[in-house]
This record gives sequence, structure tokens and C-alpha cells, in this order.
Amino acid sequence: MSEPAADIPVAPGPLDAHPGVKVLRERFGDAGLDPRDTIVRGRAIGMPTVTLARDVLEEAMGLLKSDPRAAFDQLTELTCVDYLKFPQVQPGRFGVTYGLLSTTLNHRLWAKVFVNESDLSVPSVTSLWKGANWLEREVFDLFGVVFEGHPDLRRILTPAGFKDFPLRKDFPLTGKGWRESFRPVTRDEA
Amino acid sequence: MAFKLQPASDTLLGSTLGDESLGDRWVLNFGPQHPATHTTLQLVLELDGEVVVGCTPHIGYLHSGFEKQGEHLNYNQYVVITDRMNYLSPMANNLAWHYAVEKLFGVVPPRRCQYIRVLMAELARIADHLVSIGTAALDLGAMTGFVYGFEERETIYDLMEIASGSRYNTSYSRLGGLMYDLPDAFWPRLDELFDRLPPIVDDIEKLLNRNRIFIERTRGVGVIGREEAINWSLTGPIARASGVRRDLRKDEPYFVYDELEFKVPLADGGDCFARYLVRLEEIRQSMGIVRQCREGMPPGPVNAEPEVKVTLPGKDEVYGSIEGLIHHFEIVMTNRGFVAPIGEAYGANETANGELGYYVVADGSPRPYRSRCRPPSFINYSVFPELIVGHQISDVPAVLGSLNIIAAELDR
Repeated sequence: MSEPAADIPVAPGPLDAHPGVKVLRERFGDAGLDPRDTIVRGRAIGMPTVTLARDVLEEAMGLLKSDPRAAFDQLTELTCVDYLKFPQVQPGRFGVTYGLLSTTLNHRLWAKVFVNESDLSVPSVTSLWKGANWLEREVFDLFGVVFEGHPDLRRILTPAGFKDFPLRKDFPLTGKGWRESFRPVTRDEA
Repeated sequence: MAFKLQPASDTLLGSTLGDESLGDRWVLNFGPQHPATHTTLQLVLELDGEVVVGCTPHIGYLHSGFEKQGEHLNYNQYVVITDRMNYLSPMANNLAWHYAVEKLFGVVPPRRCQYIRVLMAELARIADHLVSIGTAALDLGAMTGFVYGFEERETIYDLMEIASGSRYNTSYSRLGGLMYDLPDAFWPRLDELFDRLPPIVDDIEKLLNRNRIFIERTRGVGVIGREEAINWSLTGPIARASGVRRDLRKDEPYFVYDELEFKVPLADGGDCFARYLVRLEEIRQSMGIVRQCREGMPPGPVNAEPEVKVTLPGKDEVYGSIEGLIHHFEIVMTNRGFVAPIGEAYGANETANGELGYYVVADGSPRPYRSRCRPPSFINYSVFPELIVGHQISDVPAVLGSLNIIAAELDR
């Protein structure tokens, strides 16, 4: 997971100066970090994103939380994107996205971990941020990404016993025909 | 009418419940249809006498796939779905959505539009707080404050109706602007609100601040400390009631908040009473912001210039010039429309419940590739089992009310 997607321009200046990126570089070198930002009309919109390998995720997140220069004490957002039909090739199908916020230093950093269907497990960050609990359950429910070490990984929004993962790109908008195939229930049966 | 409480059963909390060594423990099924949940939330409470020893929330009763629908609607159409998220302040959802999308497109709406947006966002915050304070008190038996608050909320909804044509499902914002400029009839009604609201807020304060029952039932109930609040990802009034100094309007100023003067109320109790106090003071501060917007409202257009090719041209332009007509068609035709850059953006607004963020991934087509909503209610509710354990069963509505859980936003 090293090559950055071709068309996303990398803005080196402000991203190298970002304390979170600095902390990660010191520990992991530049391997696969791939810091980037969305550029609109030649201007970075201010969403610094780094890519983390799955096996260093726990350590990197711990570092980002504990290092006083980064001090990311809050996990504001945890979600996932299914890049199945995305026009640019990404390092993996599912990009689990972490939005970190430092309430003391008032800066943010976004981190992505890419996984494929062959192995959908990602280490859980609930031990670092308790707020990750339900957010990870939601990603598990809607995308099927499994968080290793999560204390209570159950479906949260869809009913228990539901088999599919509705936010995947290969899941149709109208469902898989359950609505049409409901059996009519007669008064005697009910 | 007498009713039987549901007995403990294996199906509710797993196998521990058949265990006789648990003694007096029993299980109460709270919701999904219960007046104090306001909407459809289910709590499975494990009780030891009247003390809650375990709590398992079950959510998802209102899950309707908003994020999935977002991938099939374009950037302006989706605003209709955002109305349905937090139904106490739909306007705030509209604005937060388009704030994120404008960040993605690199479009800056004109100053008048930004002032109107701030004004509307603050009115939505007032409406939201009035109801959340009112219902929190209502669940504890204080009916009067609720009725006072609800009446004023209706006045604010009238203002929303004058602005957008709909009192409730406003869908007021557009990419790079607004649906309409504010009509002249809006301003006298707004001035009426200035006269009516402050005494009502004072009345609510008088009814509740020194109300012995209210204080006894909220002080020291559902306490969450500062570090814990940050760790649980809490934002908004709930975090500020625990002493977290953070308000996106100050820390990451958007729209024109950096030009306006207001204070961010802070409390350090971290209990239900502190959350009530913070909300009440926020109403007053928001009134101040609305007043400043009223006085400082700049003239000018509300939509971004036609050059950015995301806003519809004015009707006189469409019918009066060929360029305007072409521009109009370019935007409205389904195979044309405005084209997003490839990339992703996260934009968050400080709404009444906390940080309402939208994370938009764009693939260069007229529709978002992924439209994720960071719902404050979802995150605020995840802390609930932590807060309620050790309290009595009668504290459940107090804590629920103070968190102001909106199930439509919780489940999306």
C-alpha cells in the first residue's frame, strides 16, 4: 500500500508540518503513510489524511493519542468507505476512516486503513477511545468489517439475524427483494 | 389498568438470567414504545430492586438507510433527507450538509447568505433547546415549562415557514446559497420573537432553577467527568456541561461566527442539571447572535456567482438571456449537473446536540460516492449505559431527557 492514487495531488508543505504526520514519520519512517489532502481549485481543503497499515494501526493510534505534540484525545468519527466502484484504484476495497481530534491543541487528523474481503479484520481502538464502541459496531453492521478485540461486536442498526451489509456498493438500493416476497398473512394465521 | 411487568427471560439478556444466584434481579423492558423515550428506543434494564445494574440499549427501529440514499441523490437533493435527521432542528442539518459539500466544491457563499445561515442555525438551536429542556422537565413531572417552551418553538417554526415555505421540513439551503432570500414579512415576525422569547426563558428558569423536585432529580444524576466525556467522543452542550472547553463556532469558526460576539456557556457538574443549565444559557447567547445578525445583515445576493456553475441563475436571467437559459439547463438536466472534484471532505457544524458532521466522498459524478453523517445523538447515546448504571429506575427518564436523544438521527 504505497503508491498514492494518481489523480489526487499531494500537497507536501502543510501536511509535512502537521504534528500528527511528524509523530508518525518519526516512528514509522515514510513507508506507506501517504499523507494527502483533497485539492479543490489548487487549494487544499484542510483534511489531512494518512494511510496506516493494519499491523501498525494499534501502535500508531496509541502514539497519536499519547504523544504530547499530537495529543489526539478524542475520536470524533469512525466510518468506512467501500471503494468497489471508485474511479481511482485504492490500496484495498474498504477504507476504514478514523477522524481524530485534539481538544487541547485544536487540530484534526484523518487516518485510513484499507482491508480487502479476503481478510476483513481491523484491530479495535475501543481500548484507546471508548467512543469507538458504537461506531465500530455500526461499521461492522453496515460494511462487515470485523474489529478484533471489540468488547461487544453485534449488529446495531439492522435487525438481529440480518445477513447482508447494506452500505456495501454491491448491495442494491431497493434491497434484495424481501419487500416483494413477503408472504401474505391471513387473519387465521396472525 | 393493571399490567404485568415482563419477567426475566433468557431471550433478553442472555443466559445469566436463568441463574438463581442472582437473587432479586429482574429485567425490565423499557420501550420501544414508552412516553419517556419520545421515539422508538428500547432499553433492556437489569434491575436489582429499583437499582439499575445493567443496561443494554437496542437501537435501529428507525433505521431507514439515509446514508445509502445519499449515494443515489445529488448534492442538492439530499438536503431533503437531512431534514428528517434531527427533527427538532431540521434547519441546522440542512446547513451542516451544505457546509460540508461547499467545502468539497470549494464554493464560498456570499456574505448575506452566510449571515442568514447563522441566523437560521441559531433559531434552530433555540427551538431545539426549548423543546429538549421542556421535555426533560416534562419527564420529571414539570409540565408547565414544557408548554411554555413549545409555544415559543411554534413561533420559531412560523419563522422557518416564512423563510422556506415549510415549518418543519425546511430544505432551505442549496449548494452555494439558499432556496430564497428572506422575504420582508420575516423581519417583523422576528422582532416579535425578540419581545416574546426572553421573558419565556426567564419563566422557565424561574420554574426550574429553584424547583426542589427538579434539582433533587437532576443534581448528581448521570454524572460524566471531563476526561471521560472527551474519551466518549461527546460534543456540544453535553461535553460543555462536563467542563470541556470546545465549541466549533469558536474553535473552527465557520460561516461568519468569528465576526459575532457570543459566549460559550460552560459548567463543570457533568450531571443532568449542568446539562440543563448549559442549554438554557445557550438560548440566551443564541438570541444575542440572532440580534447581531438582524442588525448587521448585509445587502446583496444570497447565491454564489454564476461562474462557479453550481447555483441556479435568477428567473429574469433564465427568461431574458440565452446564457442564463443554457446555464439553467446545464444545472437541472439529469445527465449534466455540476460535477464534483474527486476527493473527500468533512465539514462539521456546532448544532444543538453537538458536532454534526458530514463526511462526503466524491467520485467526480453529480452524486456523492459516500455521504456519511456523524450524528451527535448516536454518540451521545452510546454513553448512556455507563451513565445509568447504579442509579434508580426513576432516573432513567431524567438522564434520557438530559441527553436529548433524537431517534431519527440516532438510527438514520
